[in-house]
Amino acid sequence: MTSENLRRVVSHVLLIAVAIVFLGPLVYAVSTSLKPADEVFTPTPHLFGSQLRWQNYADAFTFAPFGKYFLNSLFVAVTGTLVVVCASSMSAYAFARLKFRGREQLFVLFLGTLMVPQEVLIVPMYWLMQSLGWVDSYWALILPWAFTAFGTFLLRQFFLTVPAELEEAARVDGCGPFRSFLRIMLPLARPAIAVLTVFTFISFWGSFLWPLIIVNSVEDKGTVPLGLAQFIGQQGTQWNLMMAASIMAMIPTVLLVVLLQKHLVRGLLVTGLGGR
Amino acid sequence: MLNETVAPAENVRSGRRPALRKDGRYASVFLAPSLGGLALFTLFPTAMALAISLFDWPVFGERKFLGFGNYSHLLSDPVFRRVVLNTGLFVALYVPLNVIVSLGLATWLGPKIKGRQAFRVLFFIPVMTPMVANVMVWRLLFQPGGLLDAGLSSWFGIHAPNFLGSSNWAMPAIVAMSIWQGFGYNFLVFSAAIDQVPQSQLESAQIDGAGPFQRFRYVTWPMITPSLFFATTMTLITSFQVFAQPFILTQGGPGVATQTIVMYVYNQGWQFLSMGLASAAGWVLFVIIMGITAIQFVGQRKWVNYDV
Repeated sequence: MTSENLRRVVSHVLLIAVAIVFLGPLVYAVSTSLKPADEVFTPTPHLFGSQLRWQNYADAFTFAPFGKYFLNSLFVAVTGTLVVVCASSMSAYAFARLKFRGREQLFVLFLGTLMVPQEVLIVPMYWLMQSLGWVDSYWALILPWAFTAFGTFLLRQFFLTVPAELEEAARVDGCGPFRSFLRIMLPLARPAIAVLTVFTFISFWGSFLWPLIIVNSVEDKGTVPLGLAQFIGQQGTQWNLMMAASIMAMIPTVLLVVLLQKHLVRGLLVTGLGGR
Repeated sequence: MLNETVAPAENVRSGRRPALRKDGRYASVFLAPSLGGLALFTLFPTAMALAISLFDWPVFGERKFLGFGNYSHLLSDPVFRRVVLNTGLFVALYVPLNVIVSLGLATWLGPKIKGRQAFRVLFFIPVMTPMVANVMVWRLLFQPGGLLDAGLSSWFGIHAPNFLGSSNWAMPAIVAMSIWQGFGYNFLVFSAAIDQVPQSQLESAQIDGAGPFQRFRYVTWPMITPSLFFATTMTLITSFQVFAQPFILTQGGPGVATQTIVMYVYNQGWQFLSMGLASAAGWVLFVIIMGITAIQFVGQRKWVNYDV
Protein backbone atom coordinates (compact mmCIF):
# COMPACT_ATOMS: atom_id res chain seq x y z
CA MET A 1 0.00 0.00 0.00
CA THR A 2 2.79 2.41 0.90
CA SER A 3 4.70 1.55 -2.29
CA GLU A 4 1.53 2.24 -4.25
CA ASN A 5 1.25 5.64 -2.53
CA LEU A 6 4.91 6.39 -3.18
CA ARG A 7 4.45 5.58 -6.86
CA ARG A 8 1.52 7.93 -7.02
CA VAL A 9 3.45 10.78 -5.40
CA VAL A 10 6.42 10.29 -7.75
CA SER A 11 4.05 10.20 -10.69
CA HIS A 12 2.43 13.49 -9.71
CA VAL A 13 5.77 15.18 -9.07
CA LEU A 14 7.04 14.10 -12.49
CA LEU A 15 3.86 15.35 -14.13
CA ILE A 16 4.25 18.74 -12.53
CA ALA A 17 7.84 18.82 -13.83
CA VAL A 18 6.54 18.02 -17.34
CA ALA A 19 3.98 20.79 -17.03
CA ILE A 20 6.65 23.30 -15.97
CA VAL A 21 8.87 22.40 -18.93
CA PHE A 22 5.86 22.65 -21.21
CA LEU A 23 4.88 26.05 -19.81
CA GLY A 24 8.48 27.30 -19.95
CA PRO A 25 8.26 28.94 -23.39
CA LEU A 26 5.04 30.73 -22.47
CA VAL A 27 6.38 31.94 -19.13
CA TYR A 28 9.53 33.11 -20.90
CA ALA A 29 7.41 34.98 -23.44
CA VAL A 30 5.41 36.73 -20.70
CA SER A 31 8.56 37.57 -18.77
CA THR A 32 10.27 38.98 -21.88
CA SER A 33 7.17 40.97 -22.74
CA LEU A 34 7.56 42.84 -19.44
CA LYS A 35 11.28 43.61 -19.68
CA PRO A 36 12.99 46.79 -20.87
CA ALA A 37 14.50 46.32 -24.35
CA ASP A 38 18.12 46.24 -23.16
CA GLU A 39 17.44 43.47 -20.62
CA VAL A 40 15.97 40.89 -23.02
CA PHE A 41 19.30 39.14 -23.53
CA THR A 42 21.22 38.70 -20.30
CA PRO A 43 24.07 36.22 -19.65
CA THR A 44 21.96 34.48 -17.00
CA PRO A 45 18.21 33.98 -17.40
CA HIS A 46 16.07 36.16 -15.16
CA LEU A 47 12.34 35.89 -14.73
CA PHE A 48 11.98 39.63 -14.09
CA GLY A 49 13.82 42.63 -15.44
CA SER A 50 14.78 45.64 -13.34
CA GLN A 51 11.16 46.80 -13.72
CA LEU A 52 7.86 45.40 -14.97
CA ARG A 53 7.31 47.37 -18.15
CA TRP A 54 3.56 47.08 -18.80
CA GLN A 55 4.14 49.94 -21.19
CA ASN A 56 5.47 47.35 -23.71
CA TYR A 57 1.91 46.23 -24.38
CA ALA A 58 0.85 49.76 -25.23
CA ASP A 59 4.05 50.30 -27.25
CA ALA A 60 3.29 47.23 -29.38
CA PHE A 61 0.19 49.07 -30.56
CA THR A 62 2.20 52.07 -31.70
CA PHE A 63 4.95 49.93 -33.25
CA ALA A 64 2.29 48.37 -35.50
CA PRO A 65 -1.42 49.16 -35.83
CA PHE A 66 -2.44 46.20 -33.71
CA GLY A 67 -5.82 47.67 -32.90
CA LYS A 68 -6.62 47.53 -36.61
CA TYR A 69 -5.25 43.98 -36.91
CA PHE A 70 -7.40 42.81 -34.01
CA LEU A 71 -10.54 44.39 -35.48
CA ASN A 72 -9.79 42.87 -38.90
CA SER A 73 -9.18 39.42 -37.43
CA LEU A 74 -12.28 39.67 -35.28
CA PHE A 75 -14.44 40.71 -38.22
CA VAL A 76 -13.05 38.01 -40.52
CA ALA A 77 -13.29 35.27 -37.89
CA VAL A 78 -16.82 36.17 -36.72
CA THR A 79 -18.26 36.60 -40.21
CA GLY A 80 -16.49 33.51 -41.53
CA THR A 81 -17.74 31.43 -38.60
CA LEU A 82 -21.30 32.64 -39.14
CA VAL A 83 -21.20 31.64 -42.80
CA VAL A 84 -19.67 28.25 -41.97
CA VAL A 85 -22.25 27.47 -39.28
CA CYS A 86 -25.24 28.59 -41.42
CA ALA A 87 -24.17 26.86 -44.62
CA SER A 88 -23.04 23.63 -42.99
CA SER A 89 -26.03 23.23 -40.70
CA MET A 90 -28.37 23.66 -43.67
CA SER A 91 -26.58 21.14 -45.87
CA ALA A 92 -26.12 18.79 -42.93
CA TYR A 93 -29.89 18.85 -42.39
CA ALA A 94 -30.50 18.03 -46.04
CA PHE A 95 -28.13 15.08 -45.93
CA ALA A 96 -29.44 13.78 -42.63
CA ARG A 97 -33.17 14.26 -43.05
CA LEU A 98 -34.36 15.02 -46.57
CA LYS A 99 -34.79 12.36 -49.22
CA PHE A 100 -33.70 13.39 -52.68
CA ARG A 101 -32.14 11.93 -55.75
CA GLY A 102 -28.39 11.45 -55.76
CA ARG A 103 -28.05 12.15 -52.05
CA GLU A 104 -25.40 9.50 -51.43
CA GLN A 105 -23.35 10.49 -54.48
CA LEU A 106 -23.47 14.16 -53.53
CA PHE A 107 -22.40 13.36 -49.99
CA VAL A 108 -19.41 11.38 -51.26
CA LEU A 109 -18.50 14.39 -53.41
CA PHE A 110 -18.67 16.62 -50.31
CA LEU A 111 -16.39 14.27 -48.41
CA GLY A 112 -14.03 14.11 -51.36
CA THR A 113 -13.43 17.86 -51.15
CA LEU A 114 -12.00 17.34 -47.65
CA MET A 115 -9.00 15.64 -49.24
CA VAL A 116 -7.90 18.68 -51.22
CA PRO A 117 -5.23 20.56 -49.27
CA GLN A 118 -5.32 24.35 -49.11
CA GLU A 119 -1.93 24.45 -50.83
CA VAL A 120 -3.36 23.07 -54.07
CA LEU A 121 -6.10 25.67 -54.01
CA ILE A 122 -4.12 28.82 -53.27
CA VAL A 123 -2.79 29.40 -56.78
CA PRO A 124 -6.13 29.11 -58.61
CA MET A 125 -7.85 30.82 -55.68
CA TYR A 126 -5.55 33.80 -56.05
CA TRP A 127 -6.27 33.87 -59.77
CA LEU A 128 -10.01 33.62 -59.05
CA MET A 129 -9.82 36.49 -56.57
CA GLN A 130 -7.93 38.54 -59.15
CA SER A 131 -10.65 37.85 -61.73
CA LEU A 132 -13.35 38.85 -59.25
CA GLY A 133 -11.41 41.96 -58.26
CA TRP A 134 -11.28 40.74 -54.66
CA VAL A 135 -7.52 40.83 -54.02
CA ASP A 136 -6.83 42.72 -50.78
CA SER A 137 -10.47 42.61 -49.66
CA TYR A 138 -12.47 41.18 -46.77
CA TRP A 139 -14.39 39.05 -49.28
CA ALA A 140 -11.18 37.24 -50.17
CA LEU A 141 -10.23 36.75 -46.53
CA ILE A 142 -13.60 35.25 -45.62
CA LEU A 143 -15.44 33.50 -48.43
CA PRO A 144 -12.92 31.07 -49.97
CA TRP A 145 -12.60 29.08 -46.72
CA ALA A 146 -16.19 29.45 -45.49
CA PHE A 147 -17.63 26.45 -47.34
CA THR A 148 -15.75 23.43 -46.08
CA ALA A 149 -17.47 20.07 -46.04
CA PHE A 150 -16.06 19.48 -42.57
CA GLY A 151 -18.90 21.28 -40.84
CA THR A 152 -21.50 19.51 -42.95
CA PHE A 153 -19.99 16.17 -42.02
CA LEU A 154 -19.76 16.98 -38.31
CA LEU A 155 -23.31 18.32 -37.97
CA ARG A 156 -24.82 15.57 -40.10
CA GLN A 157 -23.43 13.05 -37.62
CA PHE A 158 -25.31 14.84 -34.84
CA PHE A 159 -28.55 15.26 -36.79
CA LEU A 160 -28.53 11.53 -37.49
CA THR A 161 -28.60 10.81 -33.76
CA VAL A 162 -31.80 12.86 -33.27
CA PRO A 163 -34.76 10.45 -33.16
CA ALA A 164 -36.84 10.76 -36.34
CA GLU A 165 -40.09 10.57 -34.33
CA LEU A 166 -39.47 14.02 -32.90
CA GLU A 167 -39.60 15.55 -36.32
CA GLU A 168 -42.31 13.32 -37.73
CA ALA A 169 -44.70 14.37 -34.99
CA ALA A 170 -44.05 18.01 -35.83
CA ARG A 171 -44.53 17.33 -39.52
CA VAL A 172 -47.89 15.72 -38.90
CA ASP A 173 -48.84 18.89 -37.09
CA GLY A 174 -48.06 20.78 -40.28
CA CYS A 175 -44.54 21.88 -39.53
CA GLY A 176 -42.46 22.12 -42.72
CA PRO A 177 -38.76 21.28 -43.06
CA PHE A 178 -37.73 24.90 -42.50
CA ARG A 179 -39.56 25.19 -39.20
CA SER A 180 -38.49 21.80 -37.94
CA PHE A 181 -34.90 22.64 -38.90
CA LEU A 182 -34.98 25.94 -37.02
CA ARG A 183 -37.15 24.92 -34.08
CA ILE A 184 -36.18 21.31 -33.45
CA MET A 185 -32.87 20.38 -35.03
CA LEU A 186 -30.78 23.49 -34.47
CA PRO A 187 -31.52 23.80 -30.74
CA LEU A 188 -30.77 20.10 -30.24
CA ALA A 189 -27.47 20.40 -32.07
CA ARG A 190 -26.22 23.21 -29.85
CA PRO A 191 -23.19 21.30 -28.46
CA ALA A 192 -22.08 20.27 -31.94
CA ILE A 193 -22.52 23.79 -33.21
CA ALA A 194 -20.46 25.05 -30.27
CA VAL A 195 -17.60 22.74 -31.24
CA LEU A 196 -17.80 23.75 -34.89
CA THR A 197 -17.92 27.42 -33.92
CA VAL A 198 -14.80 27.20 -31.78
CA PHE A 199 -12.77 25.26 -34.33
CA THR A 200 -13.80 27.54 -37.17
CA PHE A 201 -13.19 30.72 -35.23
CA ILE A 202 -9.74 29.52 -34.19
CA SER A 203 -8.75 28.48 -37.68
CA PHE A 204 -9.78 31.86 -39.10
CA TRP A 205 -8.08 33.65 -36.22
CA GLY A 206 -4.77 31.82 -36.71
CA SER A 207 -4.78 31.58 -40.49
CA PHE A 208 -1.49 32.79 -41.95
CA LEU A 209 -0.64 31.53 -45.43
CA TRP A 210 -3.75 32.83 -47.21
CA PRO A 211 -3.73 36.35 -45.67
CA LEU A 212 0.00 36.50 -46.43
CA ILE A 213 -0.86 35.95 -50.08
CA ILE A 214 -4.05 37.91 -50.54
CA VAL A 215 -3.43 41.00 -48.40
CA ASN A 216 -1.32 43.73 -49.99
CA SER A 217 -2.02 46.64 -47.67
CA VAL A 218 -1.09 45.11 -44.33
CA GLU A 219 -1.77 48.34 -42.39
CA ASP A 220 -5.31 48.35 -43.79
CA LYS A 221 -6.46 44.73 -44.20
CA GLY A 222 -3.83 42.92 -42.14
CA THR A 223 -4.89 40.24 -39.64
CA VAL A 224 -3.20 39.47 -36.32
CA PRO A 225 -0.81 36.75 -37.63
CA LEU A 226 0.26 39.05 -40.47
CA GLY A 227 0.81 41.85 -37.96
CA LEU A 228 3.00 39.56 -35.86
CA ALA A 229 5.03 38.57 -38.88
CA GLN A 230 5.71 42.28 -39.42
CA PHE A 231 8.07 42.09 -36.46
CA ILE A 232 10.51 39.83 -38.27
CA GLY A 233 12.73 41.28 -40.93
CA GLN A 234 12.58 44.60 -39.15
CA GLN A 235 15.96 45.97 -38.29
CA GLY A 236 16.91 45.34 -34.69
CA THR A 237 13.94 43.20 -33.70
CA GLN A 238 12.25 44.55 -30.58
CA TRP A 239 11.80 41.24 -28.84
CA ASN A 240 9.98 42.60 -25.81
CA LEU A 241 7.32 44.28 -27.97
CA MET A 242 7.10 41.21 -30.20
CA MET A 243 6.42 39.01 -27.18
CA ALA A 244 3.82 41.45 -25.88
CA ALA A 245 2.07 41.27 -29.26
CA SER A 246 2.30 37.45 -29.36
CA ILE A 247 0.79 37.17 -25.88
CA MET A 248 -2.06 39.49 -26.88
CA ALA A 249 -2.70 37.36 -29.97
CA MET A 250 -2.99 34.28 -27.75
CA ILE A 251 -5.38 35.72 -25.17
CA PRO A 252 -8.68 35.22 -27.05
CA THR A 253 -7.95 31.60 -27.85
CA VAL A 254 -6.66 30.76 -24.39
CA LEU A 255 -9.87 32.20 -22.93
CA LEU A 256 -11.92 30.18 -25.40
CA VAL A 257 -10.12 26.95 -24.53
CA VAL A 258 -10.49 27.50 -20.80
CA LEU A 259 -14.16 28.53 -21.01
CA LEU A 260 -15.24 25.81 -23.41
CA GLN A 261 -12.98 22.96 -22.34
CA LYS A 262 -15.89 20.67 -21.45
CA HIS A 263 -17.57 21.17 -24.82
CA LEU A 264 -14.28 20.67 -26.62
CA VAL A 265 -13.37 17.42 -24.90
CA ARG A 266 -16.89 16.10 -25.32
CA GLY A 267 -17.10 17.22 -28.91
CA LEU A 268 -13.85 15.48 -29.76
CA LEU A 269 -15.00 12.42 -27.90
CA VAL A 270 -18.33 12.17 -29.66
CA THR A 271 -17.14 13.01 -33.14
CA GLY A 272 -13.61 11.67 -32.92
CA LEU A 273 -12.72 14.57 -35.17
CA GLY A 274 -11.09 17.95 -35.06
CA GLY A 275 -10.62 21.14 -37.01
CA ARG A 276 -7.98 21.78 -39.56
CA MET B 1 -27.94 6.70 -65.27
CA LEU B 2 -27.65 4.46 -62.28
CA ASN B 3 -29.43 7.08 -60.31
CA GLU B 4 -32.39 7.27 -62.66
CA THR B 5 -32.88 3.54 -62.65
CA VAL B 6 -32.71 3.25 -58.88
CA ALA B 7 -34.73 6.24 -57.81
CA PRO B 8 -38.12 5.33 -59.35
CA ALA B 9 -37.93 1.88 -57.78
CA GLU B 10 -37.54 3.52 -54.41
CA ASN B 11 -40.47 5.77 -55.13
CA VAL B 12 -42.67 2.82 -55.98
CA ARG B 13 -41.60 1.07 -52.83
CA SER B 14 -42.31 3.97 -50.55
CA GLY B 15 -45.34 4.95 -52.61
CA ARG B 16 -44.82 8.62 -51.77
CA ARG B 17 -43.67 10.11 -55.00
CA PRO B 18 -45.12 13.61 -54.53
CA ALA B 19 -43.65 13.90 -51.04
CA LEU B 20 -40.29 12.84 -52.40
CA ARG B 21 -40.31 15.48 -55.08
CA LYS B 22 -41.25 18.08 -52.50
CA ASP B 23 -38.32 16.99 -50.33
CA GLY B 24 -36.09 17.39 -53.34
CA ARG B 25 -37.15 20.99 -53.79
CA TYR B 26 -36.50 21.70 -50.10
CA ALA B 27 -33.16 19.92 -50.34
CA SER B 28 -31.99 22.17 -53.14
CA VAL B 29 -32.68 25.21 -50.96
CA PHE B 30 -30.91 23.70 -47.98
CA LEU B 31 -27.95 22.64 -50.09
CA ALA B 32 -27.62 25.73 -52.26
CA PRO B 33 -25.14 27.74 -50.14
CA SER B 34 -22.78 24.85 -49.43
CA LEU B 35 -22.99 23.41 -52.89
CA GLY B 36 -22.45 26.78 -54.54
CA GLY B 37 -19.57 27.65 -52.25
CA LEU B 38 -17.85 24.30 -52.65
CA ALA B 39 -18.26 24.36 -56.41
CA LEU B 40 -16.87 27.86 -56.75
CA PHE B 41 -14.18 27.72 -54.08
CA THR B 42 -13.08 24.07 -54.06
CA LEU B 43 -14.16 22.00 -57.06
CA PHE B 44 -13.50 24.63 -59.70
CA PRO B 45 -10.10 25.67 -58.24
CA THR B 46 -9.00 22.04 -57.92
CA ALA B 47 -9.57 21.49 -61.62
CA MET B 48 -8.13 24.91 -62.36
CA ALA B 49 -4.96 24.07 -60.43
CA LEU B 50 -4.35 21.15 -62.74
CA ALA B 51 -4.91 23.38 -65.77
CA ILE B 52 -2.62 26.14 -64.48
CA SER B 53 0.10 23.60 -63.75
CA LEU B 54 0.27 22.80 -67.47
CA PHE B 55 1.04 26.41 -68.40
CA ASP B 56 3.83 28.88 -68.09
CA TRP B 57 1.52 31.20 -66.14
CA PRO B 58 3.16 34.42 -65.00
CA VAL B 59 1.14 36.73 -62.73
CA PHE B 60 1.48 39.41 -65.37
CA GLY B 61 2.10 38.82 -69.07
CA GLU B 62 1.40 36.11 -71.59
CA ARG B 63 0.51 32.50 -70.75
CA LYS B 64 2.05 29.66 -72.70
CA PHE B 65 0.99 26.00 -72.81
CA LEU B 66 3.80 23.74 -71.64
CA GLY B 67 2.19 20.34 -71.24
CA PHE B 68 4.10 18.56 -68.49
CA GLY B 69 6.96 21.04 -68.75
CA ASN B 70 6.50 22.35 -65.21
CA TYR B 71 6.53 18.83 -63.81
CA SER B 72 9.75 17.88 -65.61
CA HIS B 73 11.24 21.16 -64.45
CA LEU B 74 10.37 20.22 -60.86
CA LEU B 75 11.97 16.79 -61.22
CA SER B 76 15.22 18.30 -62.45
CA ASP B 77 15.23 21.25 -60.03
CA PRO B 78 17.74 20.46 -57.25
CA VAL B 79 15.95 22.94 -54.96
CA PHE B 80 12.64 21.13 -55.37
CA ARG B 81 14.26 17.77 -54.74
CA ARG B 82 15.84 19.15 -51.59
CA VAL B 83 12.51 20.63 -50.55
CA VAL B 84 10.77 17.26 -50.91
CA LEU B 85 13.53 15.62 -48.86
CA ASN B 86 13.25 18.31 -46.17
CA THR B 87 9.50 17.83 -45.97
CA GLY B 88 9.95 14.06 -45.79
CA LEU B 89 12.53 14.48 -43.02
CA PHE B 90 10.18 16.74 -41.06
CA VAL B 91 7.34 14.21 -41.39
CA ALA B 92 9.60 11.27 -40.51
CA LEU B 93 10.76 13.00 -37.31
CA TYR B 94 7.56 14.80 -36.35
CA VAL B 95 4.86 12.16 -36.74
CA PRO B 96 6.42 9.33 -34.66
CA LEU B 97 7.63 11.72 -31.96
CA ASN B 98 4.24 13.42 -31.77
CA VAL B 99 2.46 10.06 -31.40
CA ILE B 100 4.96 8.78 -28.82
CA VAL B 101 4.73 11.94 -26.70
CA SER B 102 0.96 12.29 -26.89
CA LEU B 103 0.21 8.60 -26.40
CA GLY B 104 2.77 8.30 -23.61
CA LEU B 105 1.34 11.24 -21.70
CA ALA B 106 -2.26 10.17 -22.32
CA THR B 107 -1.49 6.70 -20.94
CA TRP B 108 0.38 8.12 -17.98
CA LEU B 109 -2.42 10.57 -17.25
CA GLY B 110 -4.98 7.81 -16.88
CA PRO B 111 -8.26 8.15 -14.99
CA LYS B 112 -6.49 7.66 -11.64
CA ILE B 113 -4.44 10.85 -11.88
CA LYS B 114 -5.79 13.94 -10.13
CA GLY B 115 -6.02 17.18 -12.09
CA ARG B 116 -5.92 15.56 -15.52
CA GLN B 117 -8.56 18.00 -16.71
CA ALA B 118 -6.12 20.83 -16.05
CA PHE B 119 -3.39 19.05 -18.03
CA ARG B 120 -5.77 18.58 -20.94
CA VAL B 121 -6.50 22.30 -21.05
CA LEU B 122 -2.83 23.18 -20.60
CA PHE B 123 -1.53 21.00 -23.43
CA PHE B 124 -4.34 22.14 -25.71
CA ILE B 125 -3.55 25.85 -25.42
CA PRO B 126 -0.74 25.98 -28.02
CA VAL B 127 -2.83 23.91 -30.43
CA MET B 128 -5.48 26.59 -30.45
CA THR B 129 -3.30 29.71 -30.33
CA PRO B 130 -2.19 31.27 -33.63
CA MET B 131 0.76 29.31 -34.98
CA VAL B 132 2.61 32.52 -35.77
CA ALA B 133 2.50 33.62 -32.12
CA ASN B 134 3.83 30.23 -30.97
CA VAL B 135 6.63 30.34 -33.53
CA MET B 136 7.61 33.86 -32.44
CA VAL B 137 8.04 32.67 -28.86
CA TRP B 138 10.29 29.81 -29.97
CA ARG B 139 12.31 32.08 -32.20
CA LEU B 140 13.27 34.04 -29.12
CA LEU B 141 13.94 30.80 -27.23
CA PHE B 142 16.33 29.50 -29.92
CA GLN B 143 18.05 32.86 -30.44
CA PRO B 144 21.74 33.09 -29.43
CA GLY B 145 21.46 34.64 -25.97
CA GLY B 146 17.89 33.33 -25.66
CA LEU B 147 16.67 31.13 -22.82
CA LEU B 148 18.23 27.87 -24.11
CA ASP B 149 21.61 29.47 -24.77
CA ALA B 150 21.67 31.57 -21.59
CA GLY B 151 20.46 28.64 -19.49
CA LEU B 152 23.09 26.23 -20.82
CA SER B 153 25.93 28.70 -20.47
CA SER B 154 25.09 29.93 -17.01
CA TRP B 155 24.19 26.53 -15.50
CA PHE B 156 26.58 24.24 -17.37
CA GLY B 157 29.13 26.66 -18.77
CA ILE B 158 28.61 25.53 -22.38
CA HIS B 159 27.23 27.54 -25.25
CA ALA B 160 24.21 26.24 -27.11
CA PRO B 161 24.60 25.70 -30.83
CA ASN B 162 23.14 28.42 -33.05
CA PHE B 163 19.98 26.34 -33.47
CA LEU B 164 18.36 28.26 -36.29
CA GLY B 165 21.56 29.17 -38.15
CA SER B 166 23.08 25.69 -38.28
CA SER B 167 22.13 23.25 -41.02
CA ASN B 168 22.44 20.39 -38.53
CA TRP B 169 20.25 21.94 -35.86
CA ALA B 170 17.65 23.94 -37.77
CA MET B 171 15.41 21.01 -38.70
CA PRO B 172 15.48 19.36 -35.25
CA ALA B 173 14.70 22.79 -33.78
CA ILE B 174 11.67 23.14 -36.08
CA VAL B 175 10.52 19.63 -35.17
CA ALA B 176 10.90 20.31 -31.43
CA MET B 177 8.89 23.52 -31.71
CA SER B 178 6.20 21.78 -33.76
CA ILE B 179 5.84 18.95 -31.27
CA TRP B 180 5.44 21.39 -28.39
CA GLN B 181 2.82 23.22 -30.42
CA GLY B 182 0.89 20.26 -31.76
CA PHE B 183 0.96 17.17 -29.53
CA GLY B 184 -1.89 18.44 -27.35
CA TYR B 185 -4.41 17.62 -30.02
CA ASN B 186 -3.51 13.94 -30.27
CA PHE B 187 -3.11 13.89 -26.50
CA LEU B 188 -6.77 14.89 -26.20
CA VAL B 189 -7.89 12.32 -28.77
CA PHE B 190 -5.93 9.53 -27.05
CA SER B 191 -7.11 10.60 -23.59
CA ALA B 192 -10.70 10.39 -24.76
CA ALA B 193 -10.07 6.92 -26.18
CA ILE B 194 -8.29 5.70 -23.04
CA ASP B 195 -11.22 6.92 -20.93
CA GLN B 196 -13.41 4.41 -22.76
CA VAL B 197 -11.29 1.42 -21.69
CA PRO B 198 -13.22 -0.28 -18.87
CA GLN B 199 -11.37 -0.03 -15.56
CA SER B 200 -12.71 -3.46 -14.58
CA GLN B 201 -10.77 -5.14 -17.39
CA LEU B 202 -7.58 -3.36 -16.44
CA GLU B 203 -8.06 -4.34 -12.81
CA SER B 204 -8.77 -7.98 -13.57
CA ALA B 205 -5.67 -8.05 -15.78
CA GLN B 206 -3.71 -6.63 -12.85
CA ILE B 207 -5.09 -9.30 -10.53
CA ASP B 208 -4.02 -11.91 -13.08
CA GLY B 209 -0.49 -10.51 -12.67
CA ALA B 210 -0.17 -8.36 -15.80
CA GLY B 211 2.35 -5.54 -15.40
CA PRO B 212 1.74 -1.97 -16.67
CA PHE B 213 3.31 -2.76 -20.05
CA GLN B 214 1.26 -5.93 -20.56
CA ARG B 215 -1.92 -4.16 -19.47
CA PHE B 216 -1.26 -1.49 -22.05
CA ARG B 217 -0.34 -3.95 -24.80
CA TYR B 218 -3.19 -6.43 -24.33
CA VAL B 219 -6.04 -4.40 -22.84
CA THR B 220 -5.64 -0.73 -23.76
CA TRP B 221 -3.94 -0.96 -27.16
CA PRO B 222 -6.59 -3.08 -28.99
CA MET B 223 -9.30 -0.70 -27.83
CA ILE B 224 -7.60 2.49 -28.95
CA THR B 225 -6.34 1.42 -32.39
CA PRO B 226 -9.17 3.25 -34.21
CA SER B 227 -8.15 6.50 -32.50
CA LEU B 228 -4.50 5.78 -33.23
CA PHE B 229 -5.32 5.25 -36.88
CA PHE B 230 -7.35 8.43 -37.06
CA ALA B 231 -4.70 10.48 -35.26
CA THR B 232 -1.72 9.20 -37.25
CA THR B 233 -3.53 9.69 -40.55
CA MET B 234 -4.53 13.26 -39.73
CA THR B 235 -1.08 14.09 -38.32
CA LEU B 236 0.63 12.70 -41.42
CA ILE B 237 -1.60 14.72 -43.74
CA THR B 238 -1.16 17.99 -41.87
CA SER B 239 2.59 17.54 -41.31
CA PHE B 240 3.19 17.40 -45.06
CA GLN B 241 1.66 20.88 -45.15
CA VAL B 242 4.20 22.42 -42.74
CA PHE B 243 4.76 26.09 -43.56
CA ALA B 244 4.63 28.73 -40.81
CA GLN B 245 7.28 27.11 -38.59
CA PRO B 246 10.16 27.10 -41.11
CA PHE B 247 8.88 30.29 -42.76
CA ILE B 248 9.23 32.29 -39.56
CA LEU B 249 11.91 30.38 -37.65
CA THR B 250 14.49 30.03 -40.43
CA GLN B 251 13.04 31.45 -43.68
CA GLY B 252 13.88 28.01 -45.05
CA GLY B 253 17.54 28.43 -44.26
CA PRO B 254 20.36 28.12 -43.78
CA GLY B 255 20.45 27.96 -47.56
CA VAL B 256 17.49 25.75 -48.39
CA ALA B 257 18.14 23.33 -45.52
CA THR B 258 14.66 23.75 -44.01
CA GLN B 259 12.61 24.91 -46.98
CA THR B 260 9.45 22.81 -47.34
CA ILE B 261 7.13 22.01 -50.24
CA VAL B 262 4.56 24.61 -49.21
CA MET B 263 7.30 27.24 -48.88
CA TYR B 264 8.40 26.30 -52.37
CA VAL B 265 4.83 26.78 -53.63
CA TYR B 266 4.72 30.16 -51.92
CA ASN B 267 8.13 31.24 -53.23
CA GLN B 268 7.45 30.18 -56.81
CA GLY B 269 4.02 31.79 -56.85
CA TRP B 270 4.56 34.99 -54.94
CA GLN B 271 8.30 35.68 -55.01
CA PHE B 272 9.15 34.51 -58.54
CA LEU B 273 5.57 35.04 -59.81
CA SER B 274 5.50 31.70 -61.62
CA MET B 275 1.99 30.40 -60.95
CA GLY B 276 2.36 27.40 -63.26
CA LEU B 277 5.33 26.03 -61.35
CA ALA B 278 3.69 26.79 -58.00
CA SER B 279 0.54 24.98 -59.07
CA ALA B 280 2.51 21.96 -60.27
CA ALA B 281 4.35 21.80 -56.95
CA GLY B 282 0.99 22.01 -55.15
CA TRP B 283 -0.30 19.08 -57.18
CA VAL B 284 2.82 17.05 -56.39
CA LEU B 285 2.09 17.65 -52.70
CA PHE B 286 -1.55 16.62 -53.22
CA VAL B 287 -0.50 13.38 -54.93
CA ILE B 288 2.01 12.60 -52.15
CA ILE B 289 -0.70 13.14 -49.52
CA MET B 290 -3.22 10.99 -51.40
CA GLY B 291 -0.64 8.23 -51.81
CA ILE B 292 0.31 8.23 -48.13
CA THR B 293 -3.35 8.27 -47.07
CA ALA B 294 -4.13 5.37 -49.40
CA ILE B 295 -1.24 3.35 -47.95
CA GLN B 296 -2.52 4.14 -44.45
CA PHE B 297 -6.00 2.92 -45.31
CA VAL B 298 -4.70 -0.30 -46.87
CA GLY B 299 -2.35 -0.85 -43.94
CA GLN B 300 -5.02 -0.33 -41.29
CA ARG B 301 -6.47 -3.82 -41.89
CA LYS B 302 -3.34 -5.24 -40.35
CA TRP B 303 -3.55 -3.45 -37.03
CA VAL B 304 -6.80 -1.56 -36.44
CA ASN B 305 -9.65 -3.29 -34.54
CA TYR B 306 -13.09 -1.84 -35.02
CA ASP B 307 -14.99 -4.69 -33.37
CA VAL B 308 -13.57 -4.77 -29.85
